[in-house]
Amino acid sequence: MTFQALMLQVVAGLASGGIYASLALALVMIYQATHLVNFAQGELAMFATYIAWSLMNAGLGYWPAFFLTVAIAFVLGILIERIVIRPVENAPVLAVVVVFIGLLVILNSLAGWIFTYTIKSFPSPFPEKLPFGIHIISPHQLGAIGVTIVVLLLLYGFFRFTPLGLAMRAAAQNPASSRLVGIRVGWMLALGWGLAAAVGAVAGMMVAPIVYLDPNMMSGTLLYAFAAALLGGIDSPGGAVVGGLILGVLENVLGAFVIGNELKLAVALVVIVAVLLVRPSGLFGRVHVSRV
Amino acid sequence: MLLDVKGLRASYGQTPVLHGLDFAMDEGSITTLLGANGAGKTTTLRALCGMVKTSGEVSFAGQRIERRATEDIVRLGVAHVPDGRGTFAHLSSEENLKLGAYVRKDKGAVEADLERMYGYFPRLKERRQQQAGTLSGGEQQMLAVSRALMLRPRLLLLDEPSFGLAPLIVQELFAILEAVNEKEKVSILLVEQNAAMALELADHAYLIETGRVVLSGPADEMKRDDSVRRAYLGY
Amino acid sequence: MTKRAFIACAALLAMALALPFVLTSYSTFQMTLVLVYAIALLGLNILTGYNGQISLGHGAFYAIGAYCAAILMSHAGWPYWATLPVAGAVCLAAGFLFGLPALRLEGLYLALATFALAVSTPPLLKDHSLEKWTGGVQGIVIIKPDPPEFLAGLGVHLNQDQWLYFFVLAVAMLMFFIGWNLLRGRVGRALIAIRDNHTASEVMGINTALYKSLAFGVSAMFTGIAGALGAIAVQFVAPDSFTVFLSISFLVGIVIGGLASLSGALYGALFIEFVPNIADEISKAAPWAIFGVFLIGFVYLMPSGVAGALRRVLGRLDRGKLSKSKTGAAGPAQPKEATS
Repeated sequence: MTFQALMLQVVAGLASGGIYASLALALVMIYQATHLVNFAQGELAMFATYIAWSLMNAGLGYWPAFFLTVAIAFVLGILIERIVIRPVENAPVLAVVVVFIGLLVILNSLAGWIFTYTIKSFPSPFPEKLPFGIHIISPHQLGAIGVTIVVLLLLYGFFRFTPLGLAMRAAAQNPASSRLVGIRVGWMLALGWGLAAAVGAVAGMMVAPIVYLDPNMMSGTLLYAFAAALLGGIDSPGGAVVGGLILGVLENVLGAFVIGNELKLAVALVVIVAVLLVRPSGLFGRVHVSRV
Repeated sequence: MLLDVKGLRASYGQTPVLHGLDFAMDEGSITTLLGANGAGKTTTLRALCGMVKTSGEVSFAGQRIERRATEDIVRLGVAHVPDGRGTFAHLSSEENLKLGAYVRKDKGAVEADLERMYGYFPRLKERRQQQAGTLSGGEQQMLAVSRALMLRPRLLLLDEPSFGLAPLIVQELFAILEAVNEKEKVSILLVEQNAAMALELADHAYLIETGRVVLSGPADEMKRDDSVRRAYLGY
Repeated sequence: MTKRAFIACAALLAMALALPFVLTSYSTFQMTLVLVYAIALLGLNILTGYNGQISLGHGAFYAIGAYCAAILMSHAGWPYWATLPVAGAVCLAAGFLFGLPALRLEGLYLALATFALAVSTPPLLKDHSLEKWTGGVQGIVIIKPDPPEFLAGLGVHLNQDQWLYFFVLAVAMLMFFIGWNLLRGRVGRALIAIRDNHTASEVMGINTALYKSLAFGVSAMFTGIAGALGAIAVQFVAPDSFTVFLSISFLVGIVIGGLASLSGALYGALFIEFVPNIADEISKAAPWAIFGVFLIGFVYLMPSGVAGALRRVLGRLDRGKLSKSKTGAAGPAQPKEATS
C-alpha cells in the first residue's frame, strides 16, 4: 500500500463521502422536524434522477435539467408530505413506518414501470479531464465535492440567517410554542420534506454517473447515508456531513486494502451497530435525557 | 369590548374542565383571572387561543374566534405567554425575540422593537446570543414576555408569570407590564395564583372555581371582598 | 377462553383440516406457507406488538432457522421433524444474545440496528468462509419429506404436500397454544407493562432487562421454527431468499394483521402470502406499486390492523344485541388487548 494509492482512496472516499453527506443531511432534516426516519428518502432521490434523465432525453441541457429537477423534487416532497404523510401524523410509529415502506415500494416500482429496469448511463456535467494532468482525483469526484459544499453552504445559510429557516428550526424543536408565534407548523413540515427531497435529488444526480441509473441504485447509498447520519448524530446536520465524509473514506480505504469490494456494504453495517452500541447519539448529536 | 366570552366550555379528551364561562374585557384594560389550582384558568387561556377543544362563543375585536386555529388567532393580534414560558430552549435569546415578530409585515420596525425590548429588559441584551434554555427563570420569563410583545399585540395573555420567580423580579415584571399597557395600549389578560399582586396591577378581576366564574368586579372591590380576602389573600 | 372464541377456533380448525382435500397441490402449498408465516408473525408480534421492541430484522432469525434445518438434513442426514427443536433452540439463544445489547436501544435506534442485521444476512450467508456449511450463493437443496409409513398402514393416503400441510398445521397449533398461554399470564402482562410504561414497570419490580431479552429470545425462537418449516416446505434455502424484504414483509404482516393480537398473525400471514399475487394480477407492470397502495390504504383505514377492525365491529354488534334485550345494560367491557 503506497502513500499514493492510499491518497487516491482517501480522495475518492471524500467524493463519495460528500454524496453520503448530502443524503444524510436530508435524513437529518426530516428527523429533526418529525422525529421520523424517512426510509423512502433513497427512492425519492432515485425517482428525481430519473426525471432529470427524462428531461435530458427530451432535449434539455444538463444544468437546466438539473435545476428543473431540483425544483420538481421540491414540489414532490411537499406534495408527498401533505397528501400521504399528513393523514398518519398522529398514528402509532409502526403505522407510519409501514406508510414509508409503502411509499418506498411504490416509488421503486413506478420507476421500474415507467423507465424500465434496463440500466442507463447518466451524464456528468464536469469536464473529461482535469487541467495540469492531475490524476489523483477524477473531474466528477471533484465536481461532486464542489456541488456538495455548495448545497451544504446554501442550507446552512438558509437555516441560520433567514426568517423562514428560523421558523422551520423552531417548528421542529417546539411545535406548540411555534403555533403561539403564528408559525404554520404543518407547512413547515411540508417545507422540510420539500427541501429534503431537493437535496436528495442532488445527491442522486451526483451518484448516478458512478453507479449507473437503475431503480435500485440508491439502496446501498441510502444505507451509507443512514450510517453517516447515525455516526454524526441523527439530530446534528453538521454531524451528518462529518459522518458522511468519514464513512466515504472508511469505505474506500477498507474496501481497497482490507476487506475487498464485496463486503464494502458491511462497513456501513458495522458502523451502524458500533455507533448504536457505543454511543447512540453519535459524535455530535445531543444526548437525550428522558425525564421520568 | 375587545374580548367577549359567553358560555365557554372546554375539555381535555373526555374530561370537561370549563363549564360555561362568561367574561369580557375592554380595550386598554388589565383583567385578571384568579382561582386556585385546577380551577380552569390555564384552560381558559388555552381555549381562547384555540389550543383545546371548545364550544361557546368567543369574540375578539368583533370577530368570532372559537373555531379558528392558533396560528390564525395570533395573526389577529393575540399573544400568549403560556405557563412554563414556552421558550425555544435551543435557540438564542435574540432568535426567540425575532420569532415573536414572525407574522409581522412591517419588517423594518422589527429592529426598532428589538431595541425597545432590550430597553425594558437590559439583562436580555447582555444574553442576546446565549441559548435561551440556559437563562435563569426570571430571565426566561422576561424573554417570554418580550417575545409576546414583539408581535405588537392588541391583547396579551399571560399565564402565571410570577410562577417560580423572586418577589422583586415579579415587581419589576409587573411594573413593565403596567408601562406597556399605558404607553402602547396593550390590553392584558392575566392569569395568576398570586392574587395580591395581580389585584394591584389589574383594573378588573374574575374569580374562577371549577370551570365557572363565581365572582367578578373591579379589582379594588375584589380586594376588599371578604371571601376573596380569606381564601386568596390570606387575611 | 370465551364461548364465542372457542366456537370460532373450532370452526377454523375444521376448515383447516378440510382444506388439503379441497384445494389443489399448489394451493395447499400456499396455505402451508400461510401457516409458516403465521408462526413467524406470532414471534415478531410477541416482541414488537406486545413488548414494543421494533424489529426490522426478524428475517435473520427466519434464515437461521431455515439454514439449521437445511444443514442438519443435508449434511447430517437428520429427519425433518428433528430439526425443529434445534432450530428453535439456536434461535432462542441467538435472539437472547441479540436482545442483550439491544436493551440499550429504543424505538428508532432499535429499528435501525435490526435493519442492519437484516441487510447483513445475505452477504454473511454468501461469505466464502462459511460456504462449506451454507452452500454459498447456490444454497442447499432439501429433499421433500414423505408422509410417514404408519399412515399408509391405517389406510390414509396423503401426498407429500398434504402431509406437509398437516405437519405444519400441527406445529402451528402447538406454537399458538404456547404463545397464547405465555401471553395471557404473568409474562404477557409484564411484557405489555414494559411496552406501555418502562419506568413504571421497573419501579413495580419487574425485571425489565430479563423480560426484554427473553422476549427477544422467545420471539426469535418462534420465527426460527417457522424458518425451518419454511425451508422444508420450499425445499430450498439460498441467501437471496432472506433479504431485507423478508423482514419488511414480516413487519408489514403484523401491522396489517393487528399488533398485540394472536389472530392478527393469521390475517397478516394471509396478507403477505396472497396480496403480492393479487397485486401482480392487477398490474403485471408494477405489482409492487399496487402492493404499496394496499399497504398505505390499510394503514389509513385500519390503523389497528384487521384484528382491531374486527374487534370493533364485533363490539358494536355486541352492544347492539344487549341494548335490544335489556334496557340500560352497558356493553361488554372492551379489553385493551384481546387474546384471540
